[in-house]
Amino acid sequence: MAGSSIPLPGGVSEAEPHDRPSGLATVLETLHSWVITVDHKKIGILYILYSLLMFVVGGIEVLFIRLQLAAPGNHVVSPETYNQLFTMHGTTMIFFVAMPILFGIGNYLVPLMLGVRDMAFPRLNAFSLWMTVFGGLLLYYSFIGGSGLQGAGTAPDIGWFAYAPLSELAFSRGHSTDYWALALIVSGFGSIGTAINFIATIFSMRCRGMTLFRMPLLVWLYLVSSGLVILAVSPLTAAQFMLIIDRYLGGHFFDTQAGGSALVWVHFFWIFGHPEVYVLVMPAFGIASEIIPVFSRKAIFGYAAMVAASVAIGIVSISVWAHHMFTVGMSSVSNAFFTLSTMLVGIPTGIKIFNWLATLWGGKIRFGTPMLFSLAFLFQFLIAGLTGIMLSVAPFNWQLHNSYFVIAHFHYVIVGAILFMIFAGFYYWYPKVTGRMLSERLGKLHFWLFLIGFHVTFDFMHIPGILGMPRSIYTYEADRGWGTWNLIVSIGAFIQAIAIAIFVYNLIVSYFRGDEAGPDPWDAWTLEWTTSSPPPSYNFQTDPVVSSRRPLWDLKHPEDPDSFD
Amino acid sequence: MSTVSIQAPSTTDWHLPYKGRVGMFTLIFAETAVFTIFVVAYVYYIGRSLSGPMPRDVLELPILNTVFLLSSSITIMIAERALVRRAMGAFNAWWGLTILLGLIFLFGTAREWHKLITVDGLTISTNLFGTTYYSLVGLHATHVVVGLIMLLIVLIFSVTGSLHPKHTDRVETLALYWHFVDAVWVVVFTVVYVLGR
Repeated sequence: MAGSSIPLPGGVSEAEPHDRPSGLATVLETLHSWVITVDHKKIGILYILYSLLMFVVGGIEVLFIRLQLAAPGNHVVSPETYNQLFTMHGTTMIFFVAMPILFGIGNYLVPLMLGVRDMAFPRLNAFSLWMTVFGGLLLYYSFIGGSGLQGAGTAPDIGWFAYAPLSELAFSRGHSTDYWALALIVSGFGSIGTAINFIATIFSMRCRGMTLFRMPLLVWLYLVSSGLVILAVSPLTAAQFMLIIDRYLGGHFFDTQAGGSALVWVHFFWIFGHPEVYVLVMPAFGIASEIIPVFSRKAIFGYAAMVAASVAIGIVSISVWAHHMFTVGMSSVSNAFFTLSTMLVGIPTGIKIFNWLATLWGGKIRFGTPMLFSLAFLFQFLIAGLTGIMLSVAPFNWQLHNSYFVIAHFHYVIVGAILFMIFAGFYYWYPKVTGRMLSERLGKLHFWLFLIGFHVTFDFMHIPGILGMPRSIYTYEADRGWGTWNLIVSIGAFIQAIAIAIFVYNLIVSYFRGDEAGPDPWDAWTLEWTTSSPPPSYNFQTDPVVSSRRPLWDLKHPEDPDSFD
Repeated sequence: MSTVSIQAPSTTDWHLPYKGRVGMFTLIFAETAVFTIFVVAYVYYIGRSLSGPMPRDVLELPILNTVFLLSSSITIMIAERALVRRAMGAFNAWWGLTILLGLIFLFGTAREWHKLITVDGLTISTNLFGTTYYSLVGLHATHVVVGLIMLLIVLIFSVTGSLHPKHTDRVETLALYWHFVDAVWVVVFTVVYVLGR
């Protein structure tokens, strides 16, 4: 029987320097240390700060979209600008907010949870971060350089999925589409690098006693997510190279005039696009699987089933992509296959939801802000899954394809499930990262306002979809009967914006005035809570040794250590 | 700094796989996905060019070239074993031969492309075949170039006496990449020169 030895928190902070001389030189030195850093915690924080900046940018873009759609026949922005807004909103939110923020959280937590000092390849880690940042800069530089500096101001306007042949040179002159493709290639390299790093860290860098089945579930879910990045982002990168070959070298991959096929792009894009949803949702599952047990005061129910279900979702998710393409006219066999494979995802997902519910069952539930977001996540993710199963039925999909029903469905996943869990993660781990608690009062205000805003927006967004409102339209006539619904949706969007402003205010104010957190404010069980808050650059003063899934529980309850394995 | 031991400290070995090897295998998975997309595009577009030249008119089987590249997989294995044996002279010779074989392969590809461009008038923008052919073969050749640069760096380290048997893990990781580049060529060869003709 292996033993556990874990350094007690507290002693390490003395090793940190306390006196900091002030002045410009120090500011520059600090800045320099952040730019050249290869420390997984600093890189994680940089990822998160960068994502928050992009989140505000992408959020402002969507507020303009909602203003434009709030009433029929509106002219808040020009049609050309409108096309750029929804393209940039989608691209920004997926590639430069959701992915980097989850990579940032993982970067920070995975080595700490595994009880090691850093990721497997720290320099590759820094490289990945700066590639992602550079990708975002390239995308937004298109606002200046998109049509060659003379005709400044053409961001990409081809939709976030950039269907060929609209993205080909014949239909998209200038360089805006080039910036889009290059930005995704560059940030794609960063994503693949990060995924390689996570996988190598998880397989090769665990502390003594940390077998694969003693890893926290969050680490397991980052493993699955990274596997999906490898399988999904690589094809996107390949397809972007084809697009660049078409646009710069006169190639014909997606050039229908020369025998090329626009449909091939659609396939390649969704071979990336669908697993991408799971790339994003897996870490959200991971965060839920850490917070729900701690706030229910119970070990997670069905650990092995959770791992198996996660891996199963990962595997099934790479064979469902054409459910985005029912209207292109596939054979009945293909339609049936993609309907069934999509429905199959519901089974392991259901297992996960029941396991979370069973974890809550009989627990001593504490309704802290992280838990509130997690409970809302459970409810909203269920609804998002149910509309997903509705849309997987080919004949139903033919009716609602590319309508606002679809927009409502995937925003229910990305906002209602993923963003809610990102917020939960912020409230849960902010004390670890900064050493101070986020304000619970502001946190609850943020939660309730955001919850109301979310439901006002996305519950009602289903209805204009069912009434026939297609996505990506600039405006609509009053006699369509979509006006009231769109006004409600737009009001909800602004409520969400206010909630997010409160959240950002909370992040800033609590950094200076929050309560001291101490190493373990939630009475939790995983290794990151054994070291000081914030952890020293070397994480643990001595290498931890673990003998169960909840090493900190063992430490606190030596009379009743976890015996299950 | 205090520690708490719950039970007797572990005496069992704690062994995890080498991180370079795991990382390289993961990279190879990612690269496989990239090549799969290009191969699928190639296969899908076989015979769909609206204008000539067509593959059967201009492509010749690069048998000799293939033999050179595939045998470099064997020479690199012999070099690895020499490193384990600390036979640095043999290592340099076999490693150098691997690089030479790779260079000959690249030269063969260059000659083939030169002939296709100047004699047959096939460029990447001529037709769909040209687009898919130059992309797929070029993607592979790019990987050969990257591999050769890394092999060359190892050779420089070795010749200057900075390479030691303790670096075997790293050398093996690089060799894994080189084997992958060779294996991809087998697929490219089959698809482009056998099925596609």
